[in-house]
This record gives sequence, structure tokens and C-alpha cells, in this order.
Amino acid sequence: MTFNLRLIPLLPFLGAAILMLFGRKWKRDTVLIVAAGAIAGSCLVAFDAFFTALPRAAAGGGLHDVVGTWIAAGSLKVDLAFRMDALSGLLCLIITFIGFLIHLYSSGYMEHDPDYPRFFAYLNLFCGSMLVLVLGDSLPVMFIGWEGVGLCSYLLIGFWYTSNANADAGKKAFITNRIGDLGFLIGMFLLYQYTGSLNIPEITAAAQGGGALMQPLWGATVAFWAALFLFVGATGKSAQLPLYVWLPDAMAGPTPVSALIHAATMVTAGVYMVARMHAVYLLTPGAMAIVAIVGALTALFAAIIGFAQNDFKKVLAYSTISQLGFMFAGVGTGNFDAGVFHLFTHAFFKAGLFLCAGSVMHAMGGSGDITIMGGLRKKVPWTHGVFFVCWLAICGVPFFSGFFSKDSIIGGAFGTEIFDAAINPLAGEHLAWVGKAVGVVLMLAALGTAFYMSRLYFLVFSGSETRASDEIKHHIHESPGAMVGPLVVLAIGAALGGFIGLPGGLLDHPEWNLLADRLRPVLGPEMEISRAMEIGFMVGSVVLALGGIGLAYLFYGGGYREPARKFAAAAPRFVQLVRDKFRIDELYGFLIIRPVKAIAKGIFFVVDRILIDGFLVGGLAWVVDLVGSIARWLQGGDVQRYMAVFAIGVAAIAYLATQPMHTFFSNALKVTVNGLTVDVDAHRGSIAANRVLDYSFDFDDDGKPEVTGVASGAHHVYPQPGTYTVRVKVKDPSWGTSSTLTQKVEVR
Amino acid sequence: MPTTYYLVLSFVLFLIGTAGVLLRRNALIALMGIELQLNGGNLAMLAFSRELGDLKGHVFAFIIIALAAAEAAVGLAILVALFRGRQTVNLDEATLMKR
Repeated sequence: MTFNLRLIPLLPFLGAAILMLFGRKWKRDTVLIVAAGAIAGSCLVAFDAFFTALPRAAAGGGLHDVVGTWIAAGSLKVDLAFRMDALSGLLCLIITFIGFLIHLYSSGYMEHDPDYPRFFAYLNLFCGSMLVLVLGDSLPVMFIGWEGVGLCSYLLIGFWYTSNANADAGKKAFITNRIGDLGFLIGMFLLYQYTGSLNIPEITAAAQGGGALMQPLWGATVAFWAALFLFVGATGKSAQLPLYVWLPDAMAGPTPVSALIHAATMVTAGVYMVARMHAVYLLTPGAMAIVAIVGALTALFAAIIGFAQNDFKKVLAYSTISQLGFMFAGVGTGNFDAGVFHLFTHAFFKAGLFLCAGSVMHAMGGSGDITIMGGLRKKVPWTHGVFFVCWLAICGVPFFSGFFSKDSIIGGAFGTEIFDAAINPLAGEHLAWVGKAVGVVLMLAALGTAFYMSRLYFLVFSGSETRASDEIKHHIHESPGAMVGPLVVLAIGAALGGFIGLPGGLLDHPEWNLLADRLRPVLGPEMEISRAMEIGFMVGSVVLALGGIGLAYLFYGGGYREPARKFAAAAPRFVQLVRDKFRIDELYGFLIIRPVKAIAKGIFFVVDRILIDGFLVGGLAWVVDLVGSIARWLQGGDVQRYMAVFAIGVAAIAYLATQPMHTFFSNALKVTVNGLTVDVDAHRGSIAANRVLDYSFDFDDDGKPEVTGVASGAHHVYPQPGTYTVRVKVKDPSWGTSSTLTQKVEVR
Repeated sequence: MPTTYYLVLSFVLFLIGTAGVLLRRNALIALMGIELQLNGGNLAMLAFSRELGDLKGHVFAFIIIALAAAEAAVGLAILVALFRGRQTVNLDEATLMKR
């Protein structure tokens, strides 16, 4: 069924173009109306498509919109086409709705920024690119969006470009993503090579057919390598081990950007992509195990780093990395709808948390240092309320959104049958441990999440005293309505969002799981685990959440408490190591960046300095300089020097004019061989054309000329075949000069 | 006497004149070198005229003598002007053409 899907990304793109062209001259209100209007329009179209058109079209592959043919080369045909099914539709709703809220919030947050129009232009551009990413019907179209959001991320991280640190953070994000993008491209090429198509529905069909992608390749199957390379792309975009390092630095951008791009939408693109390509992943439990393990390890690792960070946004950044790890663990264990469910709930509570961070920093005069906060509960009540809700949601406290989604991921990890060789014939025996191991690591990560988020909450909001200087304390105030309004909406989403994915099986009403219901035609049936297990994990994760919160209260309730100080004093080096993020950046700097820089320096020296600068540029200059110095010597102004050159020229002309000329203009005799008969012509140059010359032709080089005379041509018949040397002596009788021409002839 | 002798002498005169023009730094000597070159040419003209029995060579010789006189007059006038301007007739120092 066709639908005008192109409108959804087109509106933000138009908004961005208009703002870039005219925005600088406009009043702020006009800029806001254009930017927020574009995204609101796009949001309305998306809602219309998802709730009215899509239910009627779900069976036929969703809504479809072909704009035109983009690439047509031989067997490769790529349309610029969009497709909305339940999965991409859900993402569209998240992007446009949260994007709209963040536009509103930004109007307050960026109020005093001189680059207001540029900010909104980039924000619109980002929304458009992200929508292309999720709506793209083929991998290349998806890749346009993939690169587009990377570009916008770079532009917005370095938005305050006058500071070097911000520009460097932008570059770091861009370059790290580039490494991942190479993986995405290779995966894409592999899929094209073996399925002959880049169209996602066609690849899905081919994958479900199995054959083409199950061919052996490099010791595994095509599907394994394609899935693995695509996942490399996902680790870059979604900040997973080992390419996560850019995301914490990306917090250099304005806070609404962190909320929209680096928490709610762009970084979830990797999860979306894996869910989108789930048919390929299902063929290869090995690659799925890698996805799940990387996700679980990232979830735990980032959570641990989060324990010791003292910057509000850095804690949230590591939290984002950790939560993305949860999503990957979900999709990696075949629990695709749980991964997407967590993506959905995370978008709300993490955007809410980031916007609270912005609101708190706004109140604290721009500082995000949580060691100087505390006791803000009463001073910024609205922000506190929203943060409170989002905090409970991310910790997994029952009936808040994170509880449902995180629980379904953890439960799915234990209950998955993907890695069970007895049930899934594609899985090897050696994979049986993966599901349980991933589940255990995720439970630890969930405990860690509750701990670092509670630490953040207690240090910022609890207690009665703010640890900042009096000057800052004096300024603390609640943010304006434009910022608080979106916060409240996000808090409602964070509180209630979980109810779209109720564990229906447990409640004997499978249809209550609205999300799984909608996603079923796209992602297949949701995972089912036994009721006892499900209840067990539910209780377990509640215990973990409350345990983490309780532990954090012991350490940080009402400010830094005795146990926290004792712990820091007992293991100062360990605390410092965690605070330094395990010095992974330094490790990368040592292992990768330093050699690359050394190679670049070497190439710079050899190619640039020596070859280009020295040889091409310098050498050319040297030649010109040499010619110039000769010309300068000739033009010395000294009459006698001019005379000398003149005399040399005259002498040269006199010499040339008295030669028989052959030697200067053609050293070759014109020889025509016909059997044993040879015709030789010693053709004269035109300068000597009317001079009478004496020729003597010696056809066999024995010193005795066979033919002599004034004719330049001669004719000779050899007695027998062989190779001979023809020697022609030309004499100018009037000057007495002569020259000799020789050539070998072969007669048969 | 064979014509070759005259021609050799004419060539030698011309070479001496050329050497004088190219090598001497004194403008007066350089002018004298030019005079020698012209006379070398004259001698060759006359030698060929005699060899070929053709009076055109003599006519050319007279024209060249007249030309040499005019050249000497102009050359000496330039020389005097040069000396007035720079108190020297050294050709090395007369490099106005450089600019």
C-alpha cells in the first residue's frame, strides 16, 4: 500500500534548508515556529501513517513510497524508496515526538545563544536524516540516513566550535563512527554479492529462504560475516565495546543534543538495524552470540565506569552506553521485540534524564559537577519530580517503564532457545552457555544501573545543603516553562510507557502486549518463557533494583556519607582507575592512534615533504630558477655580452648552413625492400633543397661505392639474401663538408 | 697571388676585430675593433671582385667605407656623451640596458 511517506523526512529537511538560508535574519520566534512546525508536521504525518494507514496495510509489507530510481547500473537497481512497517513506524513516532519535545525545550535552553537559527537548522537536519535511516527501504537509503545522522552529530557536538575540546570531541565521534561505517559497508556488499539485492524486504526473503546466505565463506557462513560486519557498524553508531569511546566526549554538545541524538534516537540506530536485519541474524547464532555478549559486557562495563564519574552528563552518557548494551543483549538473544521495547522506554526516560541534567546545569550556572550539587529537591521542584520518575524507570522499579522492558530482556536471555543446539539446528553445542552467561552479566549490570543512577540522584537532589559556592547557590532557580513542559511529558512517558509492552503471557492476556502484537508481522512471534521463570526474574530484578538503590543510599543518601568516604580511602587507586574510565582512551591512544600518527608522519615526510614539496614543487621552482638565472646572465645589460651571444649565434648558423643537412634533420635513409631489390633514397632537408650535392652509395659496406652521382636515390640488386649495411656518403662540393648515413637492410 | 690568401687575411682581420669588440673594456678600442671587422669584410669583397672580374665588389667596398665613417662619427659622439655623463668610457660600467 502506498502512502506519502516522503513527507515525514522531507518536512524537517525543508525546515533545515529554510533556516540555513534565511534563519539568520529572522527573529527567534519565527525560527522556532519554522523548526518546531516542520517537526510537528512530520510527527502528525507519522502518527497518521502509523495509526490509520498502517493497520490496514500490515499484511502487505506495510506502507511503501517510491520517490524514484536512484542508482541503476547493470543488475544493480536501487530506488529512493521508503517503507513503514510496525518497527520503522514505532521509531518514527519516537523520533518525531521526542524530537518535537526537544525542539520546544531547546527554545528555552538555547534562548541566549547567538547561533540559535543554526542550532535549529542542524536539529531539523538531524531529524530528517534519522527518519531517512529508519524509513529507508534499502540498505543504501538507510546508509544515507546513517551517514546523515553522523554528520549532524558531528556538527552538533562541535556546535560551540570556539572551544578546541568541543571540536576535538566532534572529530572523535566522526572518526570513530567512520571505522564502524566501514563494517556496515562491507556487510552491505556481502549481502549484495550473495543475494543480488540491496532491498531490505528482498534480503529478508532471501535470508528466510536460507540458501544463498548459508554458503560457506572464510570458515563460516556468508550470513555470519554479513551479520558480524553490520554489527561492527552498529558498535560504532550505538557506542558499544570497543567503539564506545566517542559517546562520553560527545557530551560536549548542547544538552538537548545529548538528549535527542546521543540518548534517545541516533545511538539506537544500531539496535534498529539489527532488528531490521533480524532475518539475517537468525541464520547465524554465532554472530548473535557475539552481539549478545558484546551488549552484555558493554552494559556492565559502562555501568561500572558510571560509578565514579562526577560530571552529571558523563554519568548519563555511560548510562546510555550501558542501556544500549541491554538492547543489544536483547536483540542478540533473539528477543527482538524486547530490544525494541527497551529502545522505546529508554528514549523517554533517558531523554527526560538528559533534559533534567540540562535544567539542573541551567540552574547551576552551566556547571555539571555533581560534587558541588546536593539538596536541589526543593530548589528545582519540577525538574526534581521528573528526574525522580525517570530515575525509578531506569532502575527498574515495578510498574515504571524500565521495569517491563529490562525485565523482558533479562528473562529472554535466560529463556532463549536460539543457542540451544537441541532446538535450533543452526546452533553449535559450544554456544549453549551464552544465554545464561549474558543473563547473569545483565543482572549485575542492572544492579550497577540502580546503584550509579541512585548515586546521581542522591548527590544531586537529596540532603539539605548545596555544596556549591554562595554565588552559584544564590542563582539557583527553576527553568522556564518551555523547558519544564517537555520534561513533564517525558516523565509521563517514562512512567507509563511500559504498559504498551505488558508481559501478556504472564497475565493470560497475550493481546495486552500491544507492542509485541504490532511487531509480530515484522519480527516474528515474541519469545515465550515459562511463568515460573518469568515471575522469578521479575522478583529477582526488583530485588536487584531496590538493592542497588539501598546500597547507594548507604553511600550517598543526603550527600557523601561515611561508607563512601571509607571506600574511597580504602581503594584510592581503584577509584581513580574507574574515574579515569579504565584509561581505555589512553590505551587506544597508545595502541592505535600513536602508530597511525607515526605512519601519517612518515607518509607526510616521504610523500609531502620530499616528493611533492621537494621534487614537484621545489624541483619545478629549481628548473624555472635555473632558466631564469641563465636568462638573467644573458640580459646583464653588458653590451659585450650581447655581442658575444650574437657572435656565437652567427657562428652556429654559419656551421649549420654549410652542412649537407641530412645529419641534422633525418638520420634515417628511406629504404624500400622488394625481394632482392633495394631502393634507397637519401632524402634532403628542405633547407638544402636547391643545393647540388654529391652522393655515393655503398650498398655492401665494403668501402667501394656501387653508385655515385648527384641523384639522391639509388637502386641495387643483391646477389643473395642476407643482412647488409648501406652506407651513403653525402658531400657538399661548394663547402667541402660531408656527412655519412648508414642503415641495415635485410633482404630475403 | 691566389684569392685564398686574401680571404685568410680578411678572416684574420675580422677575428681580431671581433676579439677587440668582445674582450676590450675600453669603448674606444671596441670601436676600433668594429672598424677592423668592417675592413675585414671590405677585403673579402675586393678579393672576390678581383677573382670574379666583377666591379660590384668595389662598389660595395666604397659603401662600407662610407658606412664605417658614419658609424665612427655616431660612435664617437655616443662615447663623448657617455664620458660626459659618467666620467668613464669603460663598457663594464655602461649597463643602462639592464634596466
